[in-house]
Amino acid sequence: MGKKSVEMLVGIFVLLGMAGLVFLALKAANLGTFSSGDTYMLRAYFDNIGALKVRAPVRSAGVTVGRVASIKLDPKLYQGVVELAIQRDVQFPNDSSLRILTSGLLGDQYVGVEPGASEKMWAPGDEIKQTQSAVVLESLISQFLFSKAADAGNTSAPAASAPGGGKK
Amino acid sequence: MSDAIAAVGRRTLEVLRILGHHATFFLDILRACPAALRRPYLVVAQIHAIGNLSLVIILASGLAVGFVLALQMYYALVTYGAAESLGLIVNLSLTRELGPVVTALLFAGRAGTSLTAEIGLMKAGEQLAAMDMMAVDPRSRVLAPRFLAGIVSMPILAILFSSIGILGAYVVAVLLIGVDAGNFWSIMQSGVDVRRDIGNGIVKSIVFGFICTFIALYQGYEAEATPEGVAHGTTRTVVISSLGVLMMDFVLTALMFSTP
Amino acid sequence: MAEPSSATVPSPSDALVEVDHVVFGYDSRRTILNDVSLTFGRGKVTAILGGSGCGKTTLLRLIGGVHATNSGTVRVFGDVVDAHDDAQLFALRRRLGMLFQFGALFTDLSVFDNVAFPLREHTDLDEAMIRDIVLMKLNAVGLRGAAGLRISDLSGGMARRVALARAIALDPELLMYDEPFAGLDPISMSIAANLIRTLNDTTGATSILVSHDVDECFSICDYAYLMSSGGVVVAHGTPKQLAASEDPEVRQFIRGEPDGPVRFHYPARPLAEDFGVNA
Repeated sequence: MGKKSVEMLVGIFVLLGMAGLVFLALKAANLGTFSSGDTYMLRAYFDNIGALKVRAPVRSAGVTVGRVASIKLDPKLYQGVVELAIQRDVQFPNDSSLRILTSGLLGDQYVGVEPGASEKMWAPGDEIKQTQSAVVLESLISQFLFSKAADAGNTSAPAASAPGGGKK
Repeated sequence: MSDAIAAVGRRTLEVLRILGHHATFFLDILRACPAALRRPYLVVAQIHAIGNLSLVIILASGLAVGFVLALQMYYALVTYGAAESLGLIVNLSLTRELGPVVTALLFAGRAGTSLTAEIGLMKAGEQLAAMDMMAVDPRSRVLAPRFLAGIVSMPILAILFSSIGILGAYVVAVLLIGVDAGNFWSIMQSGVDVRRDIGNGIVKSIVFGFICTFIALYQGYEAEATPEGVAHGTTRTVVISSLGVLMMDFVLTALMFSTP
Repeated sequence: MAEPSSATVPSPSDALVEVDHVVFGYDSRRTILNDVSLTFGRGKVTAILGGSGCGKTTLLRLIGGVHATNSGTVRVFGDVVDAHDDAQLFALRRRLGMLFQFGALFTDLSVFDNVAFPLREHTDLDEAMIRDIVLMKLNAVGLRGAAGLRISDLSGGMARRVALARAIALDPELLMYDEPFAGLDPISMSIAANLIRTLNDTTGATSILVSHDVDECFSICDYAYLMSSGGVVVAHGTPKQLAASEDPEVRQFIRGEPDGPVRFHYPARPLAEDFGVNA
């Protein structure tokens, strides 16, 4: 086996490895879809962030426009402070609202943006308080039970005292 | 009674001595690496012997594992209506676990045993002593190039294993079973993170490369200069490498993938 | 043990290698060399004879600096060999060539590459010069035409000769041969013996020959030491002096007598006991 041919074969081997890596990174993973290039930061306050995780997507109309950069607890307001990194070429009116939604039925949670109608846009570093917390399963259940009980109460005794309301 | 305790004590000391011997051998090889790097052709020739020549078994196994994974996972997922996630599951299984681990086990069996036998026979035939007498350090001429070659080859082989496994899964899932191709790739792409999954998989395979190559070289170097000695050395290489890889895999997985 | 016949031991000024009261054992349980002193004259072929296990090969290793002596010194080229001084060992080994028992050729390289190995490792000569030198060395051992063969294609005698060519590649001043005649047919043996003598004379090198083949050694060496299994030097002298020696140990070895100071029977219980026969 000549020296040159051995070196060439090893070169091909290493090239194959790099091609495999590129294939994995682009076709098989999320490298190609989100380039953490130009982004600006917004800060949102939530009563309950639910199961939101760092690097969760920020979507508007279903399109991913950013990622969650960090999640902390505000020590004075006892609210969740979520930092969002939004793509620089996407701007939202400053009366838009944020909701924590679930993708699919049992999927991961993400931040959804409902655009408002204002002429002025959010500036980088803005704080957003118009937020809707994640849906907590327990409150859903107690709401459901509460409304069921209310219906039953309405048909039998409209003035009957309502059972203790659920958490809001 | 005191005899039994003395025996245990002796055994413990022996184990400690062996551990220390491993460590000094490892440091010797590391110290010889810079000299080996100054003769790149030596390392290149070894990458050919260790990496290139293992390609066939790695690719064949990767393809087979990809096929089987797709088939098995499909039957498990379809009952929950989650057959679309097949690509994601296969990818994660391969890049995080099966790629590095199975590649390491196959490597230990193919390249590890050949390294052990080669070094053992070189030692038995006094080739290493002859090199010593010719004022050529056998560690930098023979051991270090093979060590470096193993560390370079292993991640490449693991990547190729995972890649071809995913392609094999694609063939089974999309072409044979009929899972939607678009969903196969897009759900995979949205669920697999380059740094976390692929990157950690590569780190694992580098660590496994260290383990398998080092153990193969050590067993070859320390093997008795007889046919039985070399044979025992090769079996020990496979057994110890496999155990080492599996245990390190547990440690690394716990470190890397425990939920934040 | 009778006094060794008065022989002209090479004087220190003549000696290339001096082994001075060396005691050596790999561990405390077994001493392999027990206070041995030998001198190897410059430009001469000196043989070390003895049965297996008397420490002959170990002596070569000590001269080459592979191990350090427990006590006593080994001097080569006038300097004390320090087995822990890497720089000194490197310089020493570049001036010596060693022929291992079965050649110790690198099986993954061809004959040419084996002989070229020391040249490629230690010199900056270009490939054209190396080619010329390799072919010259192979020619000296009669194997110039075998340059392209693989090691596995060689017979035992040919392999030994290729190893010799490799040992002389850098024109060493000291040549050491570990059992060069072991396992060879009569023709190859005589070829090897001739080569050793001729090389020594034409290059002016000093040769140390370790062997238990008395006849071949005596036919080519200038001086010989006889060692016994206790790791001691039993006798030394020129071949003529040793052949004429009256010492029973020397006579037994030189003449190859089955029983003598070196017993035939391994120590055992009395015969009667083992076979249950009443004495």
